Amino acid sequence: MTETLDLSIYVKRQDDGTSHLDLAIEGIDCAACIDEIEGGLCRLPGVVEARLNYTNHRLAVEWRDGELSPAAVVEELHRLGYRAHPFQSRLVEEEETRRAKWLLKCLAVAGFASMNIMLLAVSVWSGNVTDITPEIRDFFHWLAALIALPAVAYAGQPFFQSAMGALRNGRTNMDVPIVIGILLALGMSVVETINSAEHTYFDSVVMLLFFLLCGRYLDQAMRRKTRAVAGNLAAYRAEVAHRIEDNGEVVLVPTAALKTGNRVLVRPGERIAVDGVVISGSSEIDESLVTGETAHRAVRAESQVYAGSMNYNGTLTLRVTASGKGTLLDEVERLLENAAAAKSRYVQLADRVAKVYAPVVHTAAVLTAIAWISSGASVHDSLIIAISVLIITCPCALALAVPVVQVVASGALFRAGVFLNAGDAFERLAKVDTIVFDKTGTLTLPTMSVVNVGDLEPALLQAASRLALSSHHPLAAAVAQMAQDRRPYDAAVEEPGQGVRAIVGEVEMRLGSPVFCDAEGVAKEAAEADPTASAIAFSWGDQRAVLLVRQALRPDAIAVVTELRQRGFDCRILSGDRPEAVAPIAAALGITMWNGGCKPAEKIEALEALKGEGRKVLMVGDGLNDAPALAAAHVSLSPISAADLTQAQADAVFLGDRLKPVQETIEISRRAHSLMRQNLGIALVYNLIAVPLAFFGYVTPLVAALAMSGSSTLVTLNALRARGRTPAAPAEQTNPADAVPAPQGA
Amino acid sequence: MDVLIYLVPMALLLGLTGLAAFMWSLKNGQYDDVQGAALRVLSDDDVRK
Repeated sequence: MTETLDLSIYVKRQDDGTSHLDLAIEGIDCAACIDEIEGGLCRLPGVVEARLNYTNHRLAVEWRDGELSPAAVVEELHRLGYRAHPFQSRLVEEEETRRAKWLLKCLAVAGFASMNIMLLAVSVWSGNVTDITPEIRDFFHWLAALIALPAVAYAGQPFFQSAMGALRNGRTNMDVPIVIGILLALGMSVVETINSAEHTYFDSVVMLLFFLLCGRYLDQAMRRKTRAVAGNLAAYRAEVAHRIEDNGEVVLVPTAALKTGNRVLVRPGERIAVDGVVISGSSEIDESLVTGETAHRAVRAESQVYAGSMNYNGTLTLRVTASGKGTLLDEVERLLENAAAAKSRYVQLADRVAKVYAPVVHTAAVLTAIAWISSGASVHDSLIIAISVLIITCPCALALAVPVVQVVASGALFRAGVFLNAGDAFERLAKVDTIVFDKTGTLTLPTMSVVNVGDLEPALLQAASRLALSSHHPLAAAVAQMAQDRRPYDAAVEEPGQGVRAIVGEVEMRLGSPVFCDAEGVAKEAAEADPTASAIAFSWGDQRAVLLVRQALRPDAIAVVTELRQRGFDCRILSGDRPEAVAPIAAALGITMWNGGCKPAEKIEALEALKGEGRKVLMVGDGLNDAPALAAAHVSLSPISAADLTQAQADAVFLGDRLKPVQETIEISRRAHSLMRQNLGIALVYNLIAVPLAFFGYVTPLVAALAMSGSSTLVTLNALRARGRTPAAPAEQTNPADAVPAPQGA
Repeated sequence: MDVLIYLVPMALLLGLTGLAAFMWSLKNGQYDDVQGAALRVLSDDDVRK
C-alpha cells in the first residue's frame, strides 16, 4: 500500500507534549506477542511508551509530538505481523467500565464488613450458649453496628438507586423488597442493640448485600467483556475512504473523519463507505448488503448511494450527506420508530415474579405481627418476629436466580461466537417457534464466491484465480480467493470494463467479460444453466472456461435449517431480493414459505401477521432494510457483517461464516430459561420452608445466616449448569449433513 | 477479657488496611489487564536492559 492513512483524528494531544493513540490489535494469540509489540514499537524513534492490554487486545502508544506519524505505528505493527485498527472508546463502554469499578468497590466494602461482622457474630453465638457477659455482647453489637451502618450506606447504593428508580416510575422490581428487608433488619438490629437484646441481624444484612453484589458484579463483568470484544470488532470493520481536499488532493482517511459536505472519491471495486449523493461520474453499484437486492443499480449524478454498497465499474465522486437523509434511510428510521413504539415493553421474568412476591411477603409479615399480638405476645416481640419473616424472605436466592443464569449462559454464548445486546433476550429466545431469515448476507455469505468449482478443470481454475489477483473488479476478487499461489502474474494488464490479460509462457491468458475472452458461446450455455449468477469468462490459448460467481449459501446453512425444521421450528424467508433469486435458495433449504421483493414495510407486515397468529418470531437479518423488521420481531439476531444500524436493533450478533450460532443461541437460551425457572422454583421451596419457621419464631440470626447462604449457593451451583451441555442434549451429536459439503448456491 | 480492648481495634485496623490496599490497587489500574499481568511476569525484560 503506497497510500498512507491519515489517522490524525484518532490522536489525542496531551499537555506534556506527547501524543496518544489507542489501537485495537488483531492477531494476538500468545504471551510473546506482548514483548514483540511493545519492544518493536519502543525501537521506533520518538515513542515514549507502548503498553498492550492483553485482556482486551488494545494497545496504547504515546510518542513525542511531531516525531512520528500515527500511520508509521500502524505500519510497524503490520510489519511485525499484526493488524492494528485505530480505536475510539465508545461512551457505552466507558460507562460500563465505570459502573463495574463502582460495583467492585461496593463489593469490597460489603466483603470487608461481612467478614468482620461475622467474626463478632460467631463470638456472640458461641458466647450465648456458653458464658459471654452481657457487657461484652453489647460491646460486640455496638461494634457490629458501627461497621454495618456505614458499610450498608455505601455498598447498598446500587440497590437503593435501582429501587428508587423503579418506585418513581410506579413499578416494583426485585430491589424493592431487598431494600425494605435490609432497612428494616438494620433498624431492628439497632433498636435491639440499644435494648441490649441477645440477637441482632447485622451479619445477615451485610452478608445478603455481599452475595447480591457478587451477582451484580459478575453480570456487569460479563456484559463489559462482551462490549469490549464488540468494540474491537467495530474497530476492525472501520472503513476508510478517499477524501478530496479543497486543493484537489486525495487523502485516505478513516470514515470517522468524514464530515457532511466532504467530497469522496470511490474507485471501481471499492466499497462505498458513507451515505452520499453522487456529484459526478456514473457506475453500477451492488446494494445487496443494504437492500438485499442482488441485481445492480445504475447510478449517475444526483443519485443517492448508501454505505455498504459495492461500486462496480465507474469512478464516482460523492458528497457526504448526514445519515438519515436518504429516502431509504428515512423510511427505515420512520419504520423503526413505529416498531419501537408498537413493541410493548417485555416484562422480564424476574420482574414478573417480583410483582407478585413483594406484596405476598409483606402481607405475610403483617399477618405474622397481627397473629402474634392477637395471641397475647408483646408488641415488641411480635414486631421482631414479623421482621425476621421479612429478613428470611429477603429475596437473596430469588434475586440471584435469574442474573447468575444469565451470566453463565451469556458466557456460553460468547464462546459460541454470539454477543448479546439485550440481557432479557434469553427469555424471549427460549419462546421462539418461528424463524424468519433474510436471504442476502444472512443465509448467503456477504461476499461473492465461485459456485461452479466442481465443473472446472483444476489447472484452469488455478490459472484464472492467479490472474484474478491482478484485477480490481469485485467479481474478480471472488475468483482470486481460489488462488493457492498468491503471486500475481508479471506484466498483467487490466483493461477497465473488460478484464485482465497476461502473457504466460508465450500463451495469452484473459479473464473478464465473455466478449473480451472470445467465449460467448460457452458463456451463453452457462448462463442458461444458472441465470442468476454472474459469468466471468477465462481463456488460455484456445481453452475456454466460464466461472459462475454469486453469493453462496453459508457453508452449514442447509444442515442448520434442516435441523431447525426437524425440531419443529417454522422457518421462512423474507427477502428484499427478486423472487427468482430467492426461489432456488428456498428450494435448496427446503423452505416452502418464502417471499421475495419485500420492502421494509412489507417485512413488518408479514411479521405482524405471524404475530397475529400467536407466533413468537425470531428474525435473522443483516441489511439496512431489515432493521425495522428486527426491531418489530419478538427477538432478533444479525450476523457481524450487518449494517451498524441493523446490529444496533438486533438482540444478539453472531460471528463467523456459519449459521450454526443461530441454532446454538436458541439451544443455550432454552436451557438457560429452564434453569431460571428451576432456580425460581428452588427459591420458592426455600421460602415455603423458611416462612413457617420464621412465622413461629424459630428464626435466630444463626438460622437466617445458614438459610440465606445455603439457598444462594444452591441457586448459584444450579446456574453453573447453563455452561456445560447435559449429555441428554442432542446438540452434541454431529449432524450427518455436516460431513457432506453443502452444495453452494442452488 | 481486657485483651479485647486492643485486640478488636487491631483486627479492625488490619481489615481496614486490606480494604484500603484493595481500593488503591483498583484505582491504580491493577485489574485493567488481568491476563496480561499473568504473562508479563514470565518475560525477562529486566535482563535485556
